[in-house]
Amino acid sequence: MMNLFVLQLLNGVQLGVLLFLIAAGLTLVFGIMDVINLAHGVLYMVGAYLMATFAALTGSFWWGLLLMLPAAVVVGLVLEVVVMRRLYARSHLDQVLATFGLVMIAGELVEITWGTSPLSVAMPDLLSGAVPLMGPLKYPVYRIAIIAAGLAVAGGLYLLVNHTRIGMLLRAGATNRTMVSALGVDINRLFAIVFTLGAVLACLAGALVAPILSVDTGMGESVLILAFVVVVIGGIGSVKGAFLGALIVAVVDTVGGVFGPIWLRSVLDPAAAGQMGRVLAPMLVYILMAVILFARPAGLFGRRA
Amino acid sequence: MSDLSTPLGLPRQPMLAGRTRAALALFVLFALLPPLASALNDPFYVLIGTRILAYAIAAMALDLILGFGALVSFGHAAYLGFGAYAVAVLSSMGINDLFVQIAGAIAVSAVFALVTGAISLRTRGVYFIMITLAFGQMAFFFFISLSAYGGDDGYSLARRSTVLGQDMLAHDYGLYYMALALLIALFVLCNRIVASRFGRVFTGIRENATRMEAVGYAPFRYQLTAFVISGCITSVAGVLLANQAQFVSPAFMSWHRSGELIVMVVLGGVGTLTGGIAGAVAALLLEEWLGMLTHHWPLLFGIFLVLMVLFSPRGLTGLLETLGLGGRKQ
Repeated sequence: MMNLFVLQLLNGVQLGVLLFLIAAGLTLVFGIMDVINLAHGVLYMVGAYLMATFAALTGSFWWGLLLMLPAAVVVGLVLEVVVMRRLYARSHLDQVLATFGLVMIAGELVEITWGTSPLSVAMPDLLSGAVPLMGPLKYPVYRIAIIAAGLAVAGGLYLLVNHTRIGMLLRAGATNRTMVSALGVDINRLFAIVFTLGAVLACLAGALVAPILSVDTGMGESVLILAFVVVVIGGIGSVKGAFLGALIVAVVDTVGGVFGPIWLRSVLDPAAAGQMGRVLAPMLVYILMAVILFARPAGLFGRRA
Repeated sequence: MSDLSTPLGLPRQPMLAGRTRAALALFVLFALLPPLASALNDPFYVLIGTRILAYAIAAMALDLILGFGALVSFGHAAYLGFGAYAVAVLSSMGINDLFVQIAGAIAVSAVFALVTGAISLRTRGVYFIMITLAFGQMAFFFFISLSAYGGDDGYSLARRSTVLGQDMLAHDYGLYYMALALLIALFVLCNRIVASRFGRVFTGIRENATRMEAVGYAPFRYQLTAFVISGCITSVAGVLLANQAQFVSPAFMSWHRSGELIVMVVLGGVGTLTGGIAGAVAALLLEEWLGMLTHHWPLLFGIFLVLMVLFSPRGLTGLLETLGLGGRKQ
């Protein structure tokens, strides 16, 4: 039982760092530009497809990853210049509509380009296999690598936001956009950088999961909604909130999904517990969100709007 | 109170009259569709027509809170699902009457809207959009895990609902005219709500919540009431959709569906009930038409949507307005 718990906890943390990579971009774009981007999940999907393509072309996971990153920069920049830039000054409703349109476009474009059957990416030899954790418990190296990579990115983002000039501008922009722009900062360039950074992080998340999930057109959607939950729980615009929110959501989702039914079985008869567990498990994170927002309407680290 | 009845300084009466005329024209066109389909010997139009009528009800209900209260609910597809599953669950229990099913749909929707609305309305703006989206997903996942009704695969209905024991909906035309009758009745109801004291306070809160609070109205109560009413009306659309397709599935309540409802409202004109109806007609006809052109119609629809937002912020409303059919800048 203890082993199972540790295993699920690690899976939760692994999902958590991935969610963080996605939610970080979302929360920055929300917090600094005040833009709702429903197409953010699309970027995660595109990252996975780019990874699958480049890895297949070069025959190497590492080359795939290396080529995916500049491609993600291009995707982010093009999206910012062609569409997002025109949405900054618009209402949230317009942003929802336009980015909803982007979701439809991207889904079909990916289907036209790559077809409907899922793709897969071979795991690199260096990261395959499992390491012993405690007792008979083993854990896949690749998942540990994801956790490490995610934590490294989180650390880098922390340094960027809190200890660099651009981070200072980001924080200032999140607090008072007009003032920053009045001080002579090129707000357009700042926004382009933030959006592209967010896009690259989402693509990176997609690329990292490609070897452990099948790459398909539906992968962006569930993740997008989860990332929104993370952002809302953490407080819009807060990277720290996104990090904590991602871990909470992911751990509750994975651990609750496994242990919820076990716990229910100790209270209810097996059949009822089974049915209830199936019903409750996917709703768990939303219930969590409702509870947190009931207590703190602006999220854990959010400022009241 | 003068700035309440004319929030944007526009003369109120002529606008309403113009919109009501437009709605009447739409209803007459709707009523003429089945004879026309008969003449063309293409009953398929009646089925599409029923779908359009159902979505018109849903879009109108969403417009009630989105247009008049600036509450962008991104989870309204959940109520479509409640309506659809009310038909499935009740008919499996042997309760086939349409109006009993509608009552059941409304009851479930009212409870869900009351609870989720009370939490969502504690927040504003982006948070509100996201939270309604998340609650919509919660309902979606609930029905996916409901294995007794097919879970992910959905559930086929053995028969359509009855009306007072009569099988009048079994025929496509009967269902169509029932949908039209419900749309007209709910349109009248929504118009009454908007024109009432309640409706004017609700619209006043959209314009300036602080001022309305200062005048002595609690915004939360008005907004929550409107949110519940909107959800309940939307569920009627779900009951009709289930009957039209004789099939229910969680796909009725996916977040895409919620997005489409918002698209319909905006397409037709935010803040005009007639606009919601017109938007549903426009969006579904566009979908059907693009669907005939290519299997990849969402691509074209998405491009249309992006271009519309970028270059014609007022959607089709501007066009409707120049034709004298009402509509108003948000």
